[in-house]
Amino acid sequence: MAKKNMVAMILAGGQGSRLGLLTKQMAKPAVPFGGKYRIIDFALSNCCNSGIDTVGILTQYKPQVLNAHIGIGTPWDFDRVHGGIATLPPYMTEVGGDWYKGTANAIYQNLNFLEGYNPGYVLILSGDHIYKMDYRKMLKHHIDSGADATIAVIDVPLSEASRFGIMNTNEDGVIESFEEKPANPKSTLASMGIYIFTYDKLKKYLIADAEDKDSENDFGKNIIPSMLNNGEKLVAYSFNGYWKDVGTVDSYWEAHMDLLSPDNDVELFANDWKIYTSTEARPSQYIGPDARLENSVVTEGCVIYGQLINSIVFPGVYVGKNTRIENSIIMENSVIEDNVIISKSIILENVKVEAHNAIGNGKDIAVIDSNKVILSQAKMD
Amino acid sequence: MIKDYMAIINLDENENDIRSLTTNRPIASIPLGSRYRVIDFILSNIVNCGIQNVGIFSGTNSRSLTDHVGTGKAWDLNRKIDGLFVFNHGLCDFVNHDSKLLKNNMEYIYRSHSDNVILASSYMVCNMDLADVVHAHEASGADMTVVYKSTDEADSEFLNCYTLDIDDKTNRLLGVGKNIGFSQNANICMEIFLMKKEKLVELIYKSAHNLDSKSFISFIFNEMVNLNVNTYKYDGIVLCINTISSYYRSNMKMLTPEVSDKLFRSDRPIYTKIKDEPPTLYVKGCEVENSLIADGCIIRGKVKNSVIGRYVDIEDDVEIENCIILQNIRIHKGAKLSHVIIDKNVDIEEGTELKGNETFPLVIEKKNLFK
Repeated sequence: MAKKNMVAMILAGGQGSRLGLLTKQMAKPAVPFGGKYRIIDFALSNCCNSGIDTVGILTQYKPQVLNAHIGIGTPWDFDRVHGGIATLPPYMTEVGGDWYKGTANAIYQNLNFLEGYNPGYVLILSGDHIYKMDYRKMLKHHIDSGADATIAVIDVPLSEASRFGIMNTNEDGVIESFEEKPANPKSTLASMGIYIFTYDKLKKYLIADAEDKDSENDFGKNIIPSMLNNGEKLVAYSFNGYWKDVGTVDSYWEAHMDLLSPDNDVELFANDWKIYTSTEARPSQYIGPDARLENSVVTEGCVIYGQLINSIVFPGVYVGKNTRIENSIIMENSVIEDNVIISKSIILENVKVEAHNAIGNGKDIAVIDSNKVILSQAKMD
Repeated sequence: MIKDYMAIINLDENENDIRSLTTNRPIASIPLGSRYRVIDFILSNIVNCGIQNVGIFSGTNSRSLTDHVGTGKAWDLNRKIDGLFVFNHGLCDFVNHDSKLLKNNMEYIYRSHSDNVILASSYMVCNMDLADVVHAHEASGADMTVVYKSTDEADSEFLNCYTLDIDDKTNRLLGVGKNIGFSQNANICMEIFLMKKEKLVELIYKSAHNLDSKSFISFIFNEMVNLNVNTYKYDGIVLCINTISSYYRSNMKMLTPEVSDKLFRSDRPIYTKIKDEPPTLYVKGCEVENSLIADGCIIRGKVKNSVIGRYVDIEDDVEIENCIILQNIRIHKGAKLSHVIIDKNVDIEEGTELKGNETFPLVIEKKNLFK
């Protein structure tokens, strides 16, 4: 079989428990995002746009929605004769089986998959992040610098640095030390959880890590530190651009408001680095005679009669007359009837909000679970 | 049984009165209803009833069409068994070329497993349950079934379309004519025919070798009076795309829920090519009223009673009213447009004012991307 230059492995097994109701039915990478996407579309589209045609998706927590979304990878051009996309869940062997114990263990358990392609390099990604990045540039940096591993880093404000894994580098960008969530950070270069490894090195360290009983089998906690200890060359690759880990309901909501801000650098609406997704066939959006749209995002299959202010609605959403939706996110196929006020809310899929209702106090984010029916307040009077 | 049917779409359609939209494409691939192409409707009708073998017979100007249908993936027609087959004119005969094209590709028709054929055109836009037509055809025992729409607007719509004379009691066809717009009531032939494959093969050979035959469709209308032909009355919405003004009105009708709810149903979706455009952004200060808008747009100005295609940028202080804007268009600051149809890839410069009217909408033709 032909050798692949670089194979991508996307870690998509996380629960994202801090996202609450958003991840009740699905893994975090499958959570809807940005009006018509799911979070993992960003990593998948980055791979597709970077010319990577072989991708493994490591799944574990509630994978059904994610699996259905990815299918054979057609939207991202991964339906290939050689390579393409493979979902890699944990599996049984003759001597039993194990859940993925950590990020490194997930890759270790699938070394057979990688061996099949005998890649020169392996790109490790998280399926949880919102960003647009050309991995070809990072690979060039990796090759040019002669590194054994390259870690993408982003400059974060010093005040927030203790929330991240921080890289301390010399003036050539070579990583000297790494600290996971340091109390007193020495630098502001945060790891983005994007790694390129020279495959032979990765294999060696994954096998050694698997034999270490005390290891947590995690890239950040174990693989990177042990490579540093052994004097391997680890290089930081600086990324300038929008990058967000939507870890909590607050940051999920904020990331959507980022999309709507006029000077946002997500560049979701730019045409040169498309984000692909799997879509249903729906007609264009219809905007009614008395609708008012202010700084909002609307997509296919929506019918809007009311007002949308700083809001994002997903496919097939209906917004009735005299309804006002502000600073909110309304997911697929939800119906908001006439005379409803919604502020600072996240309404999940297939919700029906009957007429004469008010949701959200405008301060805290209100989340309405999928398939709920909010009965009309007018009827109760 | 729907399993025994294949479909053939014959795109030899009359383009005389819609030339400004067909300089680069057949009627079948004219953009329609903000994000579709004309052919999407009949193709979706065919696959929604369960037919999996579709042959499209098109003319020489088919780049746009083949780009649009591709391998048929959007309609689930990229199949190992059956699927989509596209045939283009090679040599251009001036008369009767569609009969010759069909004859030259007879092997496709022979090889198909189906014993029956639905022959259709693309320009009669509707969302039809073809399974119901198949049942009616089989129950009738006729040689052929032809679908028609009974209209009381024949003086303004469906001009130049074939009309049918029908026996009220037996539903059998008595004769055919053309709608020349002198009366309001007419039975308009929707150019959907059901018959045995053998019958189609016979008609193709006869038409291809008949020196008087002008086109396959005209030959069928001549022959029909000699056959036992059943008629099927279609009661749904039909939009006929054969003139600039009917194209304009058809788009505008899609703004009314009475028409759009019938054309766009979740149980029988209309499929089209996927372009992966981002959602549409409505910037603060925009005013949008009664309009159909595709994804991939950025709207800053005023849009009223209009149909807007994919990737349209509407800048500040623009006023658009009663317009049809196709795909990939930028309308620069301060432009004022009313009753205008703008074809693909056009840049409307700053401050431009363009005005057509209801009967004669102004058409700005497609701009080529190359010099």
